[in-house]
Amino acid sequence: MPLIEYREAIRNALAEELTRDPNVVVMGEEVGQFQGAYKVTKGLLEKFGPTRIADTPISEAGFIGMGIGASMLGVRPVMELMFWSFYSVAFDQILNNAANVRYMSGGQINCPIVIRGPANGGTNVGATHSHTPENILAAHPGVKVVVPSTAYDAKGLLKSAIRDNDPVFFLENTILYGEKGEVPDEEYVIPLGKADVKREGRDLTIVTYGRPVIQSLAAAELLAKEHDISVEVVDLRTIRPLDIDTVLASVRKTHRVLVVEEQKPFCGVGAQLTYMIQAEAFDDLDAPIARLCTIDAPAIYSPPVEAEQLPNPQRILKAALALLD
Amino acid sequence: MSKKPSATIEQKPAANAAHGQAPVNASLSKGQKIELFRQMVRIRRFEERSHRAYTGKNANGGSNIGGFLHLYNGQEAIAVGCCSLMGAHDHVITAYRDHGHAIAVGMDTKALMAELYGKVTGCSKGKGGSMHFFAPARNYWGGHGIVGGQIPLGVGLAYGVKYKGNKGSAMAFMGDGAVNQGAVHEAYNLAALWNLPCIFVIENNGYSMGTSQARSSAGELAKRAEGYGMAWGMCDGHDVYEVRATMDKFIRRAHEESKPAVVEIRTYRYRGHSVADPDNTYRTKTEIEDYRRTKDPIQVFQATLLAEDVFTAEAAEQIDEAARAEAEAAAEFADASPYPTVEDIQKDVYWESDNPTERKSEGRLFFN
Repeated sequence: MPLIEYREAIRNALAEELTRDPNVVVMGEEVGQFQGAYKVTKGLLEKFGPTRIADTPISEAGFIGMGIGASMLGVRPVMELMFWSFYSVAFDQILNNAANVRYMSGGQINCPIVIRGPANGGTNVGATHSHTPENILAAHPGVKVVVPSTAYDAKGLLKSAIRDNDPVFFLENTILYGEKGEVPDEEYVIPLGKADVKREGRDLTIVTYGRPVIQSLAAAELLAKEHDISVEVVDLRTIRPLDIDTVLASVRKTHRVLVVEEQKPFCGVGAQLTYMIQAEAFDDLDAPIARLCTIDAPAIYSPPVEAEQLPNPQRILKAALALLD
Repeated sequence: MSKKPSATIEQKPAANAAHGQAPVNASLSKGQKIELFRQMVRIRRFEERSHRAYTGKNANGGSNIGGFLHLYNGQEAIAVGCCSLMGAHDHVITAYRDHGHAIAVGMDTKALMAELYGKVTGCSKGKGGSMHFFAPARNYWGGHGIVGGQIPLGVGLAYGVKYKGNKGSAMAFMGDGAVNQGAVHEAYNLAALWNLPCIFVIENNGYSMGTSQARSSAGELAKRAEGYGMAWGMCDGHDVYEVRATMDKFIRRAHEESKPAVVEIRTYRYRGHSVADPDNTYRTKTEIEDYRRTKDPIQVFQATLLAEDVFTAEAAEQIDEAARAEAEAAAEFADASPYPTVEDIQKDVYWESDNPTERKSEGRLFFN
């Protein structure tokens, strides 16, 4: 299978869906002539022209709202946020308008919009550009939230997201953009809401998503080699809808759970997961559920220290050993 | 509007008769003119009936209508004038003072009143309430609760019209308070930058909630369009002919040239910002009475139509009686209708959960 970068997998998903459905348009800051701030949309303007690949001003509330309005009329806009951190200036549009319009209209109006872009820390850009808002987004019924960890998943999930009739928020990762993974040439889609067991194991389940999947796999490798511990890594891939069944099946197998997330601990995705696991698999647990998050402070700039604020293989390893102790 | 023409009301035809001669008005048949009048009266009577329902009690001693109720009394000529110009590809979106537009696009007043009552027979099945009326089949996209938040959506409707290659427009209505919201300015810029057929309509009733225009907005409201290279206009919202003549120019321009514009329509609301708000802190009773007496859009238009020999005072009276009866029937329908059930709460959240046989995603959508 060809090895391609995560960003290229996303680009290919966009190109395939632009080709498949004339209602699909790509809009955002620097997506066209500039070729994308992170080169995700490189070459799309040349291939599809300025009507389909539209550069917007730096005006997130305006252009995201415009995309939502267009989606109500049946256009299927894929809007790029240069950083998901900028969702805050379009919050009203995203979480009042996109999330609520179907409900408040009694089901008369659909909003088939995708909003995508990177949401991660670890690039030393400080607190304003390092938000991971998947918990805040997923707290709003009416929306779907996807956080892919690999090139393969990113492509298959984005194609599903674009075909979905509900608003889908797709959270990528600037650090993963250059990561290569196997992606088949032939077309495929991955349904939203389906977790993936990225590594099978016996002793401990790590439930995670996004870049911490990659870090958890690295930690699992160390735990196997250095401590003879067999770790299962469950990649949620989608936060809402949530494949809790795959999580519970793994818990029933290993009886120990570590949730790893690039979120702050308070009211994060992990808080929801741990609630559900204890509620539905209490008798299967041999230890309290453990959680490893980003250290609870705004994102620090200092480069070597930011790496320690976020999940990393060593922190995950320590948390796993503490849980198994 | 009083039941009978009253001596205290100075019924004069519209001050500027030229608007009645504008082609868009001169071409109206008598029946069409009467229809404009009827729509305005229906809105007035609907609003008055909903006000009574809001302040009254139901048979169980509880409230008929919850939350806020922002009434359109006094502003009827705007919604009726603008919506009367809509073609197949013209769309409307507005804020929370949305009952008038809903009636003007042809929504059933029974379903509107039932929505106010929170009943399952409401236009949004009791899920939206007063501020959130929608009728996409009539190109009416709400009904939005956050000041100015609907304006980018209006630009999106205009974008959709243009993208699909249709000759149409979006009229994005807002109040004078909305013009200071950032989202409105972002929307202005996008519409002008991309030549989108969006007409931003400022219904300037003089007060953003309880703060007068002079105390909240610098400069001329519509003139801000110049900063974006957009055309703009102003007109008197007490004269439905003037509203139509003014809007017709900008709608035609949007159709023919795909150009946006800002139109400020001067108007006045008789009730508080919402019914529950005190109305005596920022304006006087005299001011309200002066508008009612001399500029009431329904009285002005009735006088105009009488002067034009379009109808008789008796015919006007019959229209009013019918509108009262319609509003009463709407209230009776709403009162008799059932509420949604607790099971209904989680319907209409996701397209996928409402269409389970076509669902492509897996996993849990709801978390109870």
